[in-house]
Amino acid sequence: MPPALLLAHSTLLEARRSGLPWLALGLLAAALGLAAFLSQVAVTEGRELQAALAAALLRAGAAFLLAAHVAASVVREANDKVLELALALPLSRSQYYLGKLIGYGAIGLGFAAAFGLPMLLWAAPGSAALWSASLAAELLLVCAASLFFAVTLASVVPAIAATAGLYLLARSIAAIQLLARGPLAEETWTQSIARGAVDAVALLLPRLDAATRSEWLLYAPPAPGEYGAAVGALILYTGLLCAAGLFDFHRRNL
Amino acid sequence: MSARERPLRAVPGWLWAFLGVTLAVQLGLQTLRPPPAAAASDLPPAPRAAALRAASLGEPAAAARLAMLYVQAFDLGAGNALPYRRLDYARLRAWLRAILDTDPRSAYPLFAAARIYAEVDDPAKARAMLEFIHEAFLEEPNRRWPSLAHAALLAKHRLQDLKLARRYASDLQRLTTDPGVPLWAKQMEIFILEDMNELEAAKVMLGGLLASGRLQDPSERRFLKQRLEELERRLASKP
Repeated sequence: MPPALLLAHSTLLEARRSGLPWLALGLLAAALGLAAFLSQVAVTEGRELQAALAAALLRAGAAFLLAAHVAASVVREANDKVLELALALPLSRSQYYLGKLIGYGAIGLGFAAAFGLPMLLWAAPGSAALWSASLAAELLLVCAASLFFAVTLASVVPAIAATAGLYLLARSIAAIQLLARGPLAEETWTQSIARGAVDAVALLLPRLDAATRSEWLLYAPPAPGEYGAAVGALILYTGLLCAAGLFDFHRRNL
Repeated sequence: MSARERPLRAVPGWLWAFLGVTLAVQLGLQTLRPPPAAAASDLPPAPRAAALRAASLGEPAAAARLAMLYVQAFDLGAGNALPYRRLDYARLRAWLRAILDTDPRSAYPLFAAARIYAEVDDPAKARAMLEFIHEAFLEEPNRRWPSLAHAALLAKHRLQDLKLARRYASDLQRLTTDPGVPLWAKQMEIFILEDMNELEAAKVMLGGLLASGRLQDPSERRFLKQRLEELERRLASKP
């Protein structure tokens, strides 16, 4: 087995032994339970409310669990000198980094499959599959971001905070741009600078708001072009994060 | 370069290329992407204040202001000269009501109602907004009088509805008890009565105000006395 896949396998084993599957099950139960409870309170659209709420909770919860797991795992390995031990073996830095990313990505794939299954209760199989595949791409991006920040910042809390910041900003940047261009925005120089700054930040962010939308489950699956553009942009950004992380990892003096 | 970092030449060439290409593609794609546009054609139904409060996670003041930003982002078509005119005002009013109930101390919803949404060219929509302002004023006159004062001016000058303007001015004068409310706001009714040619009523009000001793500024007293004399002259010359 190639060294990168061996590392990926050990990453999966670590996740299983650290109780991550139980946490995922707990999240699944909490999201489904809350959605079922609130649908009882709703006057109408109970089914749609369950689907939308469960999808939104599972999407955000999966991203948080995965980001926290990746950051804690990478920092623990660095603190326990497991990283030095691994790099003392005939294993390049790139192989190590990619091996870890493949392992974490596989966990994300598992999450996406597990969380996509209950969507079949409320949505057509095609829509649920598209939502689930988009969630897998989004979780791969979250893994890459968390791995990048954990390697660069070498500390758990800053890495989780930075990943959460990137994730939240990427999900809200389109709305922020809309606000900056609103009809009441005055044409002053400060307003122009603020709008330019928002547009510049948007250039460097993925459009997470366009992916894994619960609307796909409620109404109709997205058009192929729209879906391809949304998921393709996530994969491209994962590549960018991977390149940035590898760049920093190669420069680190261990 | 710190001791924790290796020199840049330690980074393999393929990685430089990989980073450069992915960054260039990301920037290129994002540059080519059209700017986001409001997808909805109209305001969605307003949530209840309780729902907004629940969603605020204990930060109703922040949630109310964010909700206002959300509402004002609806311009219904860029380039439209009168964008707000096309909004569904029943929904808009429900949104403003929910936001005001979420944070009753915020002046934002009433300011927007008076200065933006009530200044449209559609009289029915403007009246709906003015009524909303009046209704909100009745709940907290001492805090919300500025919006009602503006509403009275709009009713008088834009809608040319002096009866409505007088009703607002009268409520403003009658219900505000805070000494901080300026006299110009409290005197609005007198001038509206003059415009309505209700000279007798205006004279009684003006005389009452001068006799009350609440006017401390001598120039203000002098000005109002002149107005009173002028009113009396007009009354005397009336057939």
